[in-house]
Formats: sequence, structure tokens, C-alpha cells
Amino acid sequence: MRRVLSVIAGLIAAALAWEGYKAAGDPEGTVLFGVRVLPRADDLSMPHLSAIVQRLADPEMTGGRPVWIVVLDACLFTLGITAAGFLAGTAIGLVLAAAMQRFRIVERGLLPYVILSQTVPLVALAPLIAGWGGTLMPPWACVSVIAAYLAFFPVAVGMLRGLQSPSAAGAELMRSYAAGWWRTLMKLRFPAALPYLFPALRLAGAAAVVGAVVGEISTGTRGGIGRLIIEYSREATSDPAKVYTAMLGAALLGLLVAGTVSLLELPLMRHRRHVEVVTL
Amino acid sequence: MSELASPDVVPVPERGGTASVVVDSVTKVFNRGRPDEVTALSDVHLTVGDGEFVSLIGPSGCGKSTLLRLIADLIEPTTGTVTVAGKPAAQARRDQEYGIAFQQAGLFEWRTVRRNVELPLELRGMSRADRRARAERMLELVGLADFAGHYPGQLSGGMQQRVAIARALAVQPPLLLMDEPFGALDEMTRERLQSELLGICATTGTSAVFVTHSISEAVFLSDRVVVMSARPGRITASIEVRLPSRDEAGRQAPAYFEKITEVRQALRA
Repeated sequence: MRRVLSVIAGLIAAALAWEGYKAAGDPEGTVLFGVRVLPRADDLSMPHLSAIVQRLADPEMTGGRPVWIVVLDACLFTLGITAAGFLAGTAIGLVLAAAMQRFRIVERGLLPYVILSQTVPLVALAPLIAGWGGTLMPPWACVSVIAAYLAFFPVAVGMLRGLQSPSAAGAELMRSYAAGWWRTLMKLRFPAALPYLFPALRLAGAAAVVGAVVGEISTGTRGGIGRLIIEYSREATSDPAKVYTAMLGAALLGLLVAGTVSLLELPLMRHRRHVEVVTL
Repeated sequence: MSELASPDVVPVPERGGTASVVVDSVTKVFNRGRPDEVTALSDVHLTVGDGEFVSLIGPSGCGKSTLLRLIADLIEPTTGTVTVAGKPAAQARRDQEYGIAFQQAGLFEWRTVRRNVELPLELRGMSRADRRARAERMLELVGLADFAGHYPGQLSGGMQQRVAIARALAVQPPLLLMDEPFGALDEMTRERLQSELLGICATTGTSAVFVTHSISEAVFLSDRVVVMSARPGRITASIEVRLPSRDEAGRQAPAYFEKITEVRQALRA
């Protein structure tokens, strides 16, 4: 209940800040020594919230579907891409982490490249992967690959850290039970890694959304929210509220993914909820 | 004085049977052939009889933990052989012939107390009902039956250590290996757990190798105190202890203080 209230309070605060700046700010923006330090507050740059909400209800084009349905539709399309990318990225990240934990040489050889992979600009990579579309896989799957490319990284790094977290005594204990690598992984390392895995999954979820949205834009895939943002922003001069509806959609998508990942955590982290210590 | 022991008060271990542990001319060198080469143990011989309680005592770095880990086959000797329960140490480890407890309880925080005790049984492939019953019996033994459903994070350090001992005993091993299990506990808890441990070993007939650097703890618990010296680690003395009884009265007995003095002198030598 308190959480719901705080979420509502946060939304209200954001709305007040938006409208407050619109009321108080300079419509031409504040320029200091030739540098714009505060954005324009005119209706073209910052439409009223009421205008954005109004725009959601209006048809996209004369006689077309209402904007909110178009945005929701696009969000669902991108959600599918994100989910596929997230799952693939997580699976790859987990396997890489396990391999790096198992073999010191794999960690030394692979980890630098895992880190390097994230420094390659997505814009450079996207056209390459887009080339696979239609031949190797359907075009939407190319976008999932880009999402997975961003999502695997936090999982691989976080999970490796987690798998290495048990103390030497824990590993010795498992050895004293004659447990091999696989059983030590399942009974000790994997459960011990969960507190590291969940924050990594949250990052991976956010990265998958970004990857899907940017991937759609740079591969020119139609039907998703990324594409919609680009289409609507072209109309920004004549219809400024429209692009904000698409952005709201993208934000909603991100929240949905983050929320779903947090829900995963609840059944697996039960022991963290009991805190009171018994002394005897 | 040491002849005062009456069998009905102190269970005198049977020494006639096979030895529980035989360490034969073992040497352990770490980082062999490198500039940081360390000889942790040099030509060590040790025999622990069936049902015997042996403490290893010595200054830090004398290799007492190394010796314990060799018996547990967590590390391998450079030369020499280790035999546990009549088999090579590696085989004994695979057959879970011993239970082990460390200074840190090392409980798995995501498992309840009962499931922690069940862990070695689970790895042995025991059925769910059997291991549950066994775990509950072990928790009763250490007086924590009411806390089976708690998580380790909810227990005090002493209670966690008792769970660790219950876990070590769960497979009902003939041998218990302990590396300063009470080192991190306060004196009162420590003394209570010492008595509990003695009771458990007496009722189950378990042999024990107990690493400590507390002289009084070693003397109170052991049938024999093995004194080690550092660099390179070797056994310098082996002192038989016969207390009239191992309880509060035992802690006040002249024999107790005599043995403490004897161990202290052996440590100085």
C-alpha cells in the first residue's frame, strides 16, 4: 500500500515539475554566454500534459486508430523482441559465467573480450546484424540479437562475481562431501550467486529494452515502439504532443520489464526477509 | 594422578581395534620449486585410535590446519601417506568417512537450519524422509530442535556453530575433524559447546581430531594433546591426558592444571 502511494506521489511530483517549469521557465529557454542552460518551455518543446493525454485519445491520422492503441500495439511488439533478447542474453551470460568460473584460462582469455564487446558502438554493429535478417532469421529476430548483445553483459559479469563469491571453506566443505564441480555449482555456487544475479538481471532487462528500441531504429524494423518514436518525432513541429505519447510508451515498457524481473526475485530470496536474530 | 580415571565416569576409548587415522611420514611443501616455497609439515607421524579424541596445538603457522586438511584430503601430501578408516584418504573422503567443521560455521544462508544439516545426506542420495528424520535427530543432539525452520542469519554465532557440528555429524561418520570450531565464540558458549561435544563423541563413539590454540580447551577435551612447532611444522610432543571427569569438577582437578602446565612447557620447548 505504501509503495503504491509512493509511486503515485512520484508521478504527481514529476507532473508538477513539468507543468511548474512550463509556467515559470522562459519559452525561449535560458541562454547564458551563448550556452543554453535550460530548455525551451514553449508548447512546441514541452506540450502541456493535458495535450499529451488528449493526443493519446485522438486518432493517429484522420480516420485512423486512436494513438494509445497504436502505441500499446507497438509496445507489445517491442516487448516480444525484448523478452526474446533478454532470455537469450541471460542464457548466454549464465553459460559464459559458468565457463569462466570453471576454467581460469577461459576467464583470463574471455573476460577482456566480454568487456570490450560493450565498447563497440551499437550503431556500427546494428547494420551488420540487420544483414542477417531475411536470410538467417526473420527481421525481428535481428533486433532481439542486438538486445541480447547488450543484455548478456551484466549477467555474465554479475554472475561470475556471484559464482566466485562462496568462501574457500564452502568449497572445501563441498569437496569433503565428495561433490564434483556440477553439484558444487548447483548446491553452493548458484544459490550463493543469486544476490548478485538479480541486480544483474535488472540491468539486463533495462539493457534489453534499450537494445530493442535502438535496434529497431538502426535496422529499420517496423511495428515497434522505437520505430514509432522516429516516425512521430518527424511530425514534432506540427504535432509536438504525439512524440511524447510514444516516449511514454517506451517508459512504460521499461517499467514493465523491470517490474517483471523484480517479481522473479521474490520466491528465490525468502531467506533475506527474515532478519530478527535469536540469541540463546 | 592420571590413573584415577574410572571407566563409568569417563568412557575410555577402545584402542584395540583399527586406527581411525594413520599419518605416515608426511611432508607438505607449498609452492614447490618457486621462490615462495614453504615447508608446512616435515616428516609427521600421527596415529589416532578408534574413539580417541586428539587435539593438535601449536603456534600460528605450525601446520596444524594443514595436517587436518591432509587427513580430510582437501590437500594432498607432498610425500608420505594418509590413511583414514583403513583406506587411503581420498577414498575415505569419497566414502564420507569423516565429518568436518571449520572456525566459521559456513552455513548456507539460503537454506534453513534443517536443510543445512541435510546437505551432506542429500549429496549421498538419501531419501527425503530419511534425511529429514536424521537431520532432526542431529539437531536434537545439539539442542536446536526448535530452530529447524530458521535461517542461519537468524541465529547467534554459537547456535550457528552447533548447526555446523550437527551437519558434520549428520552422516554419522566414525571420525570428526574440527578446525578451531569454537575459536570465534565467547568463553561461556565455548565451554558449554565443549561439554556438548564430549557428550556427543562419547555417545556416538566418534573419534576426533581437533585443532585449537587454546591450551585449556585441548587439555579439557582430549585423550591426547599433540604439540606442534613451527617452521617447518613438526610434532614435538604427544601428551596423554586422563582427567578424573570431564565436567566442571574436571576443570578444577589438579590433573587438569598439571596437564595444562605440561602442554605449556612442551609449547615453549
